[in-house]
Amino acid sequence: MSNDARLPLWEVFVRSRRGLSHNHVGSLHAADAEMALRNARDVFTRRMEGISIWVVPSTAITASSPDEKDAFFDPAGDKAYRHPTFYTIPKDVQQL
Amino acid sequence: MESSGRHVTGPAGGTPGTRVQEAGDGGPDPLEAEFQRLIDADQRIEPRDWMPDAYRSTLIRQIAQHAHSEIIGMQPEGNWITRAPSLRRKAILMAKVQDEAGHGLYLYCAAETLGVDRAELIDRLHAGRQKYSSIFNYPTLTWADVGAIGWLVDGSAITNQIPLCRCSYGPYARAMVRVCKEESFHQRQGFELLYALAHGTPAQRAMAQDAVDRWWWPSIMMFGPPDQESTHTAQSMAWGIKRFSNDELRQRFVDMVAQQIVALGLTPPDPALRWNAERGHFDFGECDWEELRRVVRGDGPCNRERLAHHIKADEEGAWVREAAAAYAAKQAARAAA
Repeated sequence: MSNDARLPLWEVFVRSRRGLSHNHVGSLHAADAEMALRNARDVFTRRMEGISIWVVPSTAITASSPDEKDAFFDPAGDKAYRHPTFYTIPKDVQQL
Repeated sequence: MESSGRHVTGPAGGTPGTRVQEAGDGGPDPLEAEFQRLIDADQRIEPRDWMPDAYRSTLIRQIAQHAHSEIIGMQPEGNWITRAPSLRRKAILMAKVQDEAGHGLYLYCAAETLGVDRAELIDRLHAGRQKYSSIFNYPTLTWADVGAIGWLVDGSAITNQIPLCRCSYGPYARAMVRVCKEESFHQRQGFELLYALAHGTPAQRAMAQDAVDRWWWPSIMMFGPPDQESTHTAQSMAWGIKRFSNDELRQRFVDMVAQQIVALGLTPPDPALRWNAERGHFDFGECDWEELRRVVRGDGPCNRERLAHHIKADEEGAWVREAAAAYAAKQAARAAA
């Protein structure tokens, strides 16, 4: 494959049905957004797996770094009081 | 924060998989220990996690070979699209060949998360530095071959692929889930096609038997060499890439088709095939491993033809990609103006 013809990479997100959010399903190469959408339809929804597709240039995604994973997510680690199970309630109290 | 979700691994965005090894550090490497801990806990490794270089290169080799197989595999069946005996069979075959293209694309996409470019993988295929499954180096001589490929070749592929849905590398496992869902139609249409021929005229029945005779052994050999000769198995199993050995999967496949061929009413081309109550499995004859080695080396019936066709399609499609890129550049320039 010649170097000059390498097409950019797109990430594909599909909403499988109403009421659900778009989910990442994979990536593909296409020259522009319109072709990326058409290719995504052919690659990822051959069996009615979707009713809506998003395509995003892969280079447009900013991701958290796995090297900072611990430091980045640590602040939530010691805040058990954000969960309802943290609280002690008398057994006979209903609907709480 | 790093700028991209992909193709950036390791500290400071260095070459994927590389890292600075401290000199004289005799203890267990913490990165490697964390990697192995995830594998042992049956967790998935994701693209931007640290991984050993050899794990990365093993996956690139395996996923690329798998992707190439899906794409090259379109050729033997595509050969029969224009000659399918009915509109129903033609529509089915077109859908199947289109699925194979899709499977190739899911897999190239999984390989690309490891930091390689699809175009580079295709270059490696064309240069003979990466392989595809040697099963596709056999010709499709009659219409019944389409049935035998669906039933036996896809049956063998499914047996191999189902455990890969639990492979330790997340993107590969997710691609395999999609592939496996779609493959089951492939196998069933092949069985149904062979069943129709096996219950048709004497000539049709003979055609079905002939196709099964030719595809039986190559399909059994698709699982690769016997365990004691398989060079990659032990390490791949330790890394959770592979869950069962070649011979275990081969036995599973034989047990399945040995029973299905009875329903087809055809004769297995293996006089040694018989139920072994003691083992709880079917015994079967010895494969012609010399033939497998010959085909893998490049001397199968269609090796040169398959690769030449792929190179031709790639070269003849170059102008389409160039035109699409030129159009996209023009549209982008207009939008910017």
